[in-house]
Amino acid sequence: MSDSPVIAHGASEVEHHEHPAYLRHHFESVEQQADTTNFAMWLFLLTEVMFFGGLFTAYLIYRNWYYPAFVAASHQLNIFWGTANTAVLISSSFTMAMGVWCAETRRKGGLVLCLVLTFLLGLVFLGIKSIEYSEKIEKHHVPGFHYSLKSFLDPDSDEAAKAAGDKPLPLDVARHTEVYFSLYFAMTGMHALHMIIGIAILGFMIFRARAGAYTAGHVTFVENFGLYWHFVDIIWIFLFPLLYLISRHAN
Amino acid sequence: MSATIVSLPDQSTARIPKVNFITKENGLLSWLLTGDHKRIAILYLISLSFFFFIGGALAGLIRLELLTPQADLMATDTYNKVFTMHGVIMIFFFLVPSVPATLGNFLIPLMIGAKDLALPKINLLSWYLYIAGGLLAIYTMATGGVDTGWTFTTPLSTHYVNTNVLTTGLAVFIAGFSSIFTGLNFLVTIHKMRCPGMTWFKLPLFVWAHYAASILMVLGTPVVAIAIVLVALERTIGIGVFDPTKGGDPILFQHLFWFYSHPAVYIMILPGMGVISETISTFSRKRVFGYTAVAFSSVAIAVFGFFVWAHHMFIMGISNYAVLVFSLLTMLVAVPSAIKIFNWTFTLYKGSITFETPMLYTFGFMGLFTIGGLTGVFLGTSGTDIHLTETYFIVAHFHFVMVGGMLMAFLAGIHFWWPKMTGRMYPEKISQLAAVITFIGFNFTFFPQFILGTLGMPRRYASYPPEFQVLNVFSTAGATILGVGYLLPVLYLTWSLKYGAIAGNNPWQATGLEWQTQSPPLTENFTSTPIMDHEAYDYDWLDKQKEKEVTTSVG
Repeated sequence: MSDSPVIAHGASEVEHHEHPAYLRHHFESVEQQADTTNFAMWLFLLTEVMFFGGLFTAYLIYRNWYYPAFVAASHQLNIFWGTANTAVLISSSFTMAMGVWCAETRRKGGLVLCLVLTFLLGLVFLGIKSIEYSEKIEKHHVPGFHYSLKSFLDPDSDEAAKAAGDKPLPLDVARHTEVYFSLYFAMTGMHALHMIIGIAILGFMIFRARAGAYTAGHVTFVENFGLYWHFVDIIWIFLFPLLYLISRHAN
Repeated sequence: MSATIVSLPDQSTARIPKVNFITKENGLLSWLLTGDHKRIAILYLISLSFFFFIGGALAGLIRLELLTPQADLMATDTYNKVFTMHGVIMIFFFLVPSVPATLGNFLIPLMIGAKDLALPKINLLSWYLYIAGGLLAIYTMATGGVDTGWTFTTPLSTHYVNTNVLTTGLAVFIAGFSSIFTGLNFLVTIHKMRCPGMTWFKLPLFVWAHYAASILMVLGTPVVAIAIVLVALERTIGIGVFDPTKGGDPILFQHLFWFYSHPAVYIMILPGMGVISETISTFSRKRVFGYTAVAFSSVAIAVFGFFVWAHHMFIMGISNYAVLVFSLLTMLVAVPSAIKIFNWTFTLYKGSITFETPMLYTFGFMGLFTIGGLTGVFLGTSGTDIHLTETYFIVAHFHFVMVGGMLMAFLAGIHFWWPKMTGRMYPEKISQLAAVITFIGFNFTFFPQFILGTLGMPRRYASYPPEFQVLNVFSTAGATILGVGYLLPVLYLTWSLKYGAIAGNNPWQATGLEWQTQSPPLTENFTSTPIMDHEAYDYDWLDKQKEKEVTTSVG
């Protein structure tokens, strides 16, 4: 009496019509599959929000504590390159969005072109970022043993500080600029790491797209990658004002 | 034990179904590259047991050292490394994945009538991440260990120790992603893969509990990941986010760390509570009392769990107002936990209770978890916390919740679903004995620690004043009994793989969908998509199914 009957009044037996090859065995329909992976991607982005959230929290606290030091330190960032990079990233989001549209409307050539453009814009962003980083290294603004307070104790010796009209900071205030640069490198570094991962995936996708993988009706992967790319962009959209534009409203 | 609900098929004719998820494919690669949630659950079960016994051996070393007041078995800094690795392995490589990655992985698709988890490849990836993290942790231990305590407290971890903080941190970081992917997979599966008729309020409470735990995994784990990244950056290049000499604040690390690590406690206990809901109902032959309340109390624990983290920091220099607020919020978590305990007790009321092994572990859980939970209220009260924190009272408290609670629930679940996973029963008598031994050993080990704590014995020291020795000897003796209690299941469960009685589809006469298919299940779980046409825990429905079966076989 132990073996109660296997429930066998299912509905699925009737509908054994042709399945497309990309429908995985455990899904009932293509719609369910697309819906599910899409939901999973949004959840993953939620974990990313929490990941960056820790950094943003740290930023919020220290900016409130050490506002004058944060202002002086932010003047050391190169606002030209920062703005250029923002433009580059927004453009790359546009090309990515066009790529998703091309995939949905089954335009193989357009998709490959869009992905290549996104790939290149991503590389341009990293290139500009490396220019900015090298400026910081030259000025000893990387936190750690070689960190130098010269630009903040003696702003006249530093072009950027002079241009922003900085006054010399007392030593105990100036020391807090190191916290600013700690956060600057942690936040932009984590962002750059996400860019590198994104660019690597883009490279893989370009190869697959040339083989026609995403233009045969199954576009979930391109769509989900698009979400990831836009997310990385949005992080930058927050980083840019927080790090570069702290005091710009005054001028 | 005359009363039993176990009903096995006629052993002379019964056979394990020839085609099932274990026999479908052969060879090591078919396991290592599988996408089947049931096979991944088995992989997890084996690897988890391995890490549990490493963590357990380290616990044995700790108790041996504490047998005498002097630090004589090992050097004091070795002792620091031993308890740190015990904590790291037990928390990140056993407790956090224990029930979700094994039972949850195996059962959630079966319980909701799906063919698999939504993302089988991600599921396999999460196992590989777990293994990579675990091996890295063991490598760390072999090459000198780490002695910061499992909490990686700054500035100790960033400035003062020369041990393998980086590799241990990386191991925890990797294991964290394994946990994120498991939680994410469960959330997506529960949302999108339910079979026709399976509405939210027909879900087994096991699934509700996993849903709540998954929310915590997905939202909490990334925060500890970034905290570890910042510790690593501070150690390597010397950024100043947690360094007071540069203007950083070590308390910020505590906030980020406990923002995950307090909810992690609920990641560890909620799935165990899910197991208890299933066993209590099955062995009382009653629907869980207040199904909706129990379901929502899981979610409430998850939500409240995110707003109590600072109660780990009452003595660390947070403001008095913060202490007040977090103390109050901590009391609030006791409410949904109590809802669960009371509802389970009401489920027993007028039920037809039988005492099979899973039920014995369940009773063990209820008693020990209640003690663990109530002592948590002492610790949430800031006045008593200042006296008791960093003493053995804390150690006893979280071992009552984690070991007395979660491990008991894990064992209850493993015994309860063993026939489903393997198709064979475990031997009943010896396993009942093991359950009782575990309970006795546990109380011997950890109850004296409450007294030691109130007397003021600090945790994390290899030596202690001689007047504490009697209670420490009790504790060490109890740990020996506990060790036997944990070793026994490994032996007889392994034995049962070959010699256990054939279990049939539904040895417990339980109502969940997982019991309505063959044991061990097919790779696709069901022969066709099931339709949920009854409430959860509907024993009348089960009786009617049986009547139907009788009439058809007669007619």
